[in-house]
Amino acid sequence: MSQLETEPTATQAQTHLPRQTRRPTVVVQPTHGLATLNLRELWAFRDLLIILAGRDVKLRYKQTALGVIWVVLQPLVAALTFAVIFGGFAKLPSDGSPYVLFVFCGMLPWNLFAGALQRAGNSLIGNSNLISKVYFPRVIIPIASAASVLIDFAVSLIVLFVLMLIYQVMPTWQLVALPFFLLLTLLAATGVSLWLSGLNVYYRDFSYALPFLVQVWLYASPVAYATTIVPEQWRALFSLNPAVAFIEGFRWAILGQSALTIEMIVSATLVSLMFFASGLYVFRRIERGFADVL
Amino acid sequence: MNEIAIRAENLSKAYHLTHQVGQVRYKTLREDLLALPRRLGSIARGPASSIETFWALKDVSFDIHEGTVVGIIGRNGAGKSTLLKILSRITEPTRGRAEIYGRVGSLLEVGTGFHAELTGRENIFLSGAVSGMTRAEVQRKFDEIVAFAEVERFLDTPAKHYSSGMYVRLAFAVAAHLEPEILIIDEVLAVGDAQFQKKCLGKIGEVAKTGRTVLFVSHNMAAVQNLCESGIVLDTGRIVFAGPIEPAIRFYLEEKTAAPREAELRDRRDRTGTQTLRFTEVRILGTDGNELATVLSGQDIVVRFYYESQQELNNANVNIAFNLYNPQGVVITNLNSKDVGRLRLPIAKSGWFECVWPKFSLRAGIYTCALFCEVNGEIVDWLQSAFQIRVEEGDFFGTGSIIQRGQGEILVTYDWRSSGEHPVA
Repeated sequence: MSQLETEPTATQAQTHLPRQTRRPTVVVQPTHGLATLNLRELWAFRDLLIILAGRDVKLRYKQTALGVIWVVLQPLVAALTFAVIFGGFAKLPSDGSPYVLFVFCGMLPWNLFAGALQRAGNSLIGNSNLISKVYFPRVIIPIASAASVLIDFAVSLIVLFVLMLIYQVMPTWQLVALPFFLLLTLLAATGVSLWLSGLNVYYRDFSYALPFLVQVWLYASPVAYATTIVPEQWRALFSLNPAVAFIEGFRWAILGQSALTIEMIVSATLVSLMFFASGLYVFRRIERGFADVL
Repeated sequence: MNEIAIRAENLSKAYHLTHQVGQVRYKTLREDLLALPRRLGSIARGPASSIETFWALKDVSFDIHEGTVVGIIGRNGAGKSTLLKILSRITEPTRGRAEIYGRVGSLLEVGTGFHAELTGRENIFLSGAVSGMTRAEVQRKFDEIVAFAEVERFLDTPAKHYSSGMYVRLAFAVAAHLEPEILIIDEVLAVGDAQFQKKCLGKIGEVAKTGRTVLFVSHNMAAVQNLCESGIVLDTGRIVFAGPIEPAIRFYLEEKTAAPREAELRDRRDRTGTQTLRFTEVRILGTDGNELATVLSGQDIVVRFYYESQQELNNANVNIAFNLYNPQGVVITNLNSKDVGRLRLPIAKSGWFECVWPKFSLRAGIYTCALFCEVNGEIVDWLQSAFQIRVEEGDFFGTGSIIQRGQGEILVTYDWRSSGEHPVA
């Protein structure tokens, strides 16, 4: 078609280097040692990330009768259950807030974190047809899967504000800190997801270990209980779990009161960064073999 | 001479084949942990005998200039697909390097990046994004893609309701409108109707005319000959011939390349489908049940396809089909179970399907067959060049006369008679 002839400049502009230097656009060769993350390339594929995340959301609720109601129902029922068992029967303290609100606040970042882990963990295997047939930066797949959970998070956030209205709890100025704790949650989730998704390609054991891991992690995190019931001498160890900081952080930002300390934030940030950096490194090291294994 | 578009230097790719029973291709952590002492030990003793290194590609070097259309020819397992996968950066070479000047668009399999649950419209955007197009670029090309693929009416239908022809058309349309400087196409034209194939070939030709480089793999020698100026013949991972297309095709056809590896069908990796059922072996049998190496024209034969299935199905909708291609890659005929009314064939955990073919009606030659199986509308296994049928002259007419060679490919049943009457003017 004539289109092809009239627009050669448009395609030339998309190659990374100007034509006259005659440097290869791409050099294909075995990679050795520390593979660096090509950020520019990642940016060029940003639309893929959005489309893949959108696809994940669409597919998840495609043939469900209740659709988005599931997103509302799941955390709500879980929060009520926890409130009845832990707050009602076991009479655990909730740092002065209504127990349902207290649990829901913890559930919000936790579901984002756990959902991202579960989605991303199996994402590479689910997209094996793409990986073995087309080239694109592989990190996009687990990141897009993790990002798709943000939609559920947004819906849950609205539910939370409705709950706050019902319980007549007013947010304070501390609410401005919420984006920070959201970022912290995402950082931790992406870091762990990179580890899990990459290794899962080689060792399918991780598919089986994943639900178990998420469950154990849930009990090790103050979702249904308050950090204050953890004995003082164990707090430092407890705080190594980054979920402690983002859950208590959410409570602090939304309810205005929680057991959050500066130490928690610092250790969670460090641990999350460590997960993220090492996860990215490991992922880059092993991604070159994905197409041969999948 | 134009500038270089692709320069490959000693590209090599090794696969490690582990000889173990079963179809498990992924590892478990336990296996690796258990194997650790053995692996440590083997460093001292040399590699364990159970792991075989297989060079899918060995020291392949070439220069391709801008604006040329190059055909990559070779038998199955010659390394064609591996080469294309390396050049499109899907897999890394084990050794060697390649310099690529310009954006690469590759179409290595039909429907890549498509998702059955998404609509045609959504799939166009997904497929475009996967190939590195931005949303705006896809938007700009959208109408052109849709028009080329002829799917206007089905844009908002989920792709799972598409026919395989529509799938291919859409996939090809997206790839062709990518405007890459280098277009890599692997045997995608084996599907789709003849008219669309022609359209695709036309489009590839157009792309080439605008100064872009095209790498083209096909078993259809007629298409290769029409499109390509030069050819690279691969055999067991090495280049055995590189040069103008005519001598390249001649080189390939005259069987100077090695006979296809007698690789078991079960070990073939270049297959598509869900793999819930896999063909493991094909045997051509005579009426007495003995295996035939060569079929004689006119003989009654049975083609038996052994398979393994993940589940037993008693009432599934099954369609098994095989295509016969002549050495030029043109389809001679298709034999499938649907057309003869065998809509439901029970499937066991393992077993065979048989195609009974009385009075074999092809002339002497070697026919390559593609094999395909569909269960409940889903492609479960699909192999190009799954097996070959070697045919020698036989007594097709039962008269004892020898059938002349070089008189086409098919034989039909007919008779002659005469009469003394003459039409009156």
